[in-house]
Amino acid sequence: MSKFEFPPSIKSRPVWGTLEPRAGKHHLMIADAAGAEAILGIATPELMAGTHIIYIPRGADHADALRAQNPAQFYEGPTYAASVSRIRRVLQDASMGLQVYLTGTEGLMGQAMHEAMQAGIPHTAIQTEHRGSVARRMQCVHCKGITEDVETDPFVCSHCGLNLFVRDHYSRRLAAYQGVCIDAEDPGNVPEPKGIYE
Amino acid sequence: MSGAEKIAVRVTEVAPLNELVTRFRFEPVSGGLLPTFSGGAHTVVEMRDGDITRLNPYSLMSDPFDRSAYTISVRRDDEGRGGSKFMHTNVSVGDEMVISNPVNLFSLDLRATKHLMIAGGIGITPFLAQIKQLDRAHGNWELHYACRSEALGSYVDYLTTTHPNDVNIYYDDQSQAIDLDTLLDGQPLGTHIYVCGPKGMIDWVRAKAAEIGWPREAVHYEEFLAPQPGKPFEVKLAVSNKVIQVGEQESLLEAIERAGVDAPYLCRGGACGQCETDVVQAEGEIIHRDHWLEDSEKAGDAKIMPCVSRFEGKVLVLDR
Ligand code: FES
Repeated sequence: MSKFEFPPSIKSRPVWGTLEPRAGKHHLMIADAAGAEAILGIATPELMAGTHIIYIPRGADHADALRAQNPAQFYEGPTYAASVSRIRRVLQDASMGLQVYLTGTEGLMGQAMHEAMQAGIPHTAIQTEHRGSVARRMQCVHCKGITEDVETDPFVCSHCGLNLFVRDHYSRRLAAYQGVCIDAEDPGNVPEPKGIYE
Repeated sequence: MSGAEKIAVRVTEVAPLNELVTRFRFEPVSGGLLPTFSGGAHTVVEMRDGDITRLNPYSLMSDPFDRSAYTISVRRDDEGRGGSKFMHTNVSVGDEMVISNPVNLFSLDLRATKHLMIAGGIGITPFLAQIKQLDRAHGNWELHYACRSEALGSYVDYLTTTHPNDVNIYYDDQSQAIDLDTLLDGQPLGTHIYVCGPKGMIDWVRAKAAEIGWPREAVHYEEFLAPQPGKPFEVKLAVSNKVIQVGEQESLLEAIERAGVDAPYLCRGGACGQCETDVVQAEGEIIHRDHWLEDSEKAGDAKIMPCVSRFEGKVLVLDR
């Protein structure tokens, strides 16, 4: 599958990379949906022998292909929220030299990166690769509620119901982009929603 | 004027520690308080030796929160260009000197969950200040300190009596060596390494850490390069339109300053990047000695760090 080229943007917007195998005794790979393809792209028997994969399929059917690589440990989680306690546990027990690879949607990478940073890995040392949906995890700057998987701009806050404009302003701490009320001056004057990158 | 702001100080103590190392204490001439600093900072000491002025960086080793005085420890280097020898033989209690405000190129990363310090010889000095800083904040640290022999182990007694559980000493002459493989293996996530000592030690630690997958951002090091003497050479300064001669015993930066041209600097040891200067023309070989430029930049010969690097060849023109 071809990778989506994000248009150039402001500094705040994260820039995702391309996974590559790195030296290290232990490897933690966290992926959702199409992110599995990026893992399959770098998997070798030697690398997999030291790798713990945490995979959230979100409807995709790559779990068997990942399992077939014989990673040292494989965990399939129904949702990110259900997997986060496991991610924390792995990071808590890990030692320096652990390599972290995140791939899939921006929401998955952002949230897992926050966990890895909390555990003491500099964010610049964490590898990422975007795959699959370009939907965003958005925070409403007004009610602070998070709306997952936002595909259109503007969109309606799933918490307070305001019409929000999708910004590229990103918070690493929240792992979310900021959504700002688009019709505050002129309530009801809301442009027709379209795809974020249209 | 380039460099950090200057402070006039009086030498209030000269304490020889062993055959090679002497400690100096500076108090402000004005009687006021000195600026606070953070562990790992250095000061640049001006030495007036006849008509030569040397500016050498030394790590501050005193308590960063003690604003009444700074202390440094100087290891005598008989091979070098004489800065440390000057300190050992020409400086006595009561002398007035000029030092710079502290500059830190080797600060602690306070996000670290643990600070793993590795020192070789006189490289212990920045750690003395960092340990005082961390102790105040109840920081988690551990020191591994290699010295040549018991007789040359500066501050070993102080460290082992104040922190018996966190300090590990290795004497070369007793064939004790840091077991780096074991030391780096299994350190908790969030550990940062700090290494200060001879170049060989820094390279060894950095290479080992990289090999086993430590992020570059978690490995901090400091090595001040003393400018090395070398063949005299001529340089043209294009902006100031001057042709200057760099003597055998002086650095390019010192020669530029001697010609009355103000050139930027901070560390004078090839580490901070402040003195980076564009090369307009070079027919010959630039002898890059700094830690600042990338290897590709060094190969390109479009930039030079005048505090430590030299030139051999026909023509060198700098954008200064
Ligand atoms: S003055 Fe710091 S690199 Fe030259």
